[in-house]
Amino acid sequence: MRVEGIPASPGYAEGPLFDLDQPPASYKAKASAEEEQAALVSAIGKAVGRLAALVETADGDAAGILEFHIAMLEDDALSGPALAAIGSGQPADAAWRAALDNEIAGYEASDQDYFRARAADLRDIRDQVLRALSEDSEAATPPGAILYGDDIAPTRFLETDWSIGGGIALKRGSTASHVAMLARSRGVPMVVGLGDEAETPTGAALLDAERGGIIFSPSPAEIETFRRSASTFADRQGAARTFLTEPAVTKAGTSVRVQVNIAYPSDVDGIEIESCDGVGLMRTEFLFGKTLPDEETQYRAYRKVLEWAGDKPVTIRTVDAGGDKPVPGFTVEETNPFLGLRGIRLSLKRRDIFRVQIRALLRAAIHGNLKVMFPMIATPEEYSHAAALFAEEQAALAAQGVAHRLPPLGIMVEVPSVALAPEDFADVAFLSIGSNDLTQYVMAAARDNAAVAHLNAVRNPAVLRLIAAITAFGRERDIPVSLCGDAGGDPAAIPALLEAGLRDLSVAPAQLAMAKAAIADIPV
Amino acid sequence: MSASAEATVLITHAVGLHARPSVKFTKLAKSFAAEVEVAVAANGPWFDAKSIVKVMAAKAPKGTMLHIRAKGDGATQAVKALVDLVQRDFDEDADHARSA
Repeated sequence: MRVEGIPASPGYAEGPLFDLDQPPASYKAKASAEEEQAALVSAIGKAVGRLAALVETADGDAAGILEFHIAMLEDDALSGPALAAIGSGQPADAAWRAALDNEIAGYEASDQDYFRARAADLRDIRDQVLRALSEDSEAATPPGAILYGDDIAPTRFLETDWSIGGGIALKRGSTASHVAMLARSRGVPMVVGLGDEAETPTGAALLDAERGGIIFSPSPAEIETFRRSASTFADRQGAARTFLTEPAVTKAGTSVRVQVNIAYPSDVDGIEIESCDGVGLMRTEFLFGKTLPDEETQYRAYRKVLEWAGDKPVTIRTVDAGGDKPVPGFTVEETNPFLGLRGIRLSLKRRDIFRVQIRALLRAAIHGNLKVMFPMIATPEEYSHAAALFAEEQAALAAQGVAHRLPPLGIMVEVPSVALAPEDFADVAFLSIGSNDLTQYVMAAARDNAAVAHLNAVRNPAVLRLIAAITAFGRERDIPVSLCGDAGGDPAAIPALLEAGLRDLSVAPAQLAMAKAAIADIPV
Repeated sequence: MSASAEATVLITHAVGLHARPSVKFTKLAKSFAAEVEVAVAANGPWFDAKSIVKVMAAKAPKGTMLHIRAKGDGATQAVKALVDLVQRDFDEDADHARSA
């Protein structure tokens, strides 16, 4: 059974599942509060000692993380509340857990990715001390295993022997976590966001961290297919590295622009701007994760990416909530969400929220080469309404004397109505084909339904014909056309896309080298 | 008599006063006898600059005006040294700044 997730570090791993969420052994209470306090102090000391030993063998990034953990553990401000709670009658383990959970909640509440991601470090620190307290030599990770659980502690990652393979599969997790960063730099395959399973899977599994998924209890046929993909991946990866820093050119010498898709502002921290032609799609839904972000938070997020990109273009998509991406306090419950109030439809309905994003974009525009596009456009009126809101907010900012710039405004081509009658959209600044949604709407096959996955094929002639028509329309009217769906980074789909006339693709950062290598092989 | 000093500095490091810079910042603060505090707003709240737990809790991203004040022996030197560290982007090279 295959479960889909988000690739955090590309690669393939095959091995037994190792449950990261096993409950730790229990702690034995001491006779007095003084003994409890002494036990906690000694457990913290033990955890520091273990970390110090790990620092010896760690390289730059890993050592930096460990030193941060040590500094936190050695700070009395961290143990103070726990020691006080023990004084008033709590056992050491409960007191420590409560004190750290309180700190963790503070990080989780942060409106910034970076600080939110530090919650995982705090959990790690908490568990190291709990482990030392219970004197439990926790089950060691077997080499070559696929570590499966809610989230993973950086120390667990560092203590694991990755030399003979293995990988990480997380139900939650984040592509911005320390472990994701370490996994990318060490080439350990990792997938996040797999979600919960009804029953905890056991036994062997196949981790596909190239596309982002895991297969539990695989059949012999699945194993064979998987091994083939893994081996071609290894070959392609080896060959592709040489292409990463070069501009993409086909066998016939045709230049192809290759941009990247990003979801979090911090994604750009791991990408060399020299290796791509800009950002073809920056999603903004992440900012709308748990709460609605204020203008300042959005402004800072957009500005970070624009400054990183320098004079290369950054195409930011206005919030595409709804469908399979609900946002509390914004989206509505629907029986058929993919065909409901999502993307620009929702933004035009909730203009108060949309205007905040528009102001943040207008202000951020002065920091780079910004382009803005609207998702799920179906009619020319939706585009004009959205563009009118930009003009209104621009006038308001000008009246207030706030620095801003009006970026070129374009649309996503993902609703078939646009692909079939593009002449109604001749006044947009650019067109960006969202191949995932375009395919699901043309084929009437939901993206999130495995039972119809075989229909969800971008290489179906009907989908390719629409892509070719849009590309031809753009060339005729001098409107730039690009593609930012998953197909753009899929070496198997790239030949068909270039044959359809596309010369501008946007891909996941991890697929950059492979996409360029695939392009170099195409004779168009 | 006891000296006191105060200064404000803009955080220009890519992700702000985060994990690794906080380690350096608090280590440097601890090397002075003076009592040192930081805040992300002029009117506080003020955090102990020698406690990494408190400094991290200030959650100061890039673009924050960091307020630093010190009281006691070496207060002036402490504030100057910490301001310099922030202005040097915590001595993090581009490689580290990217992957942090």
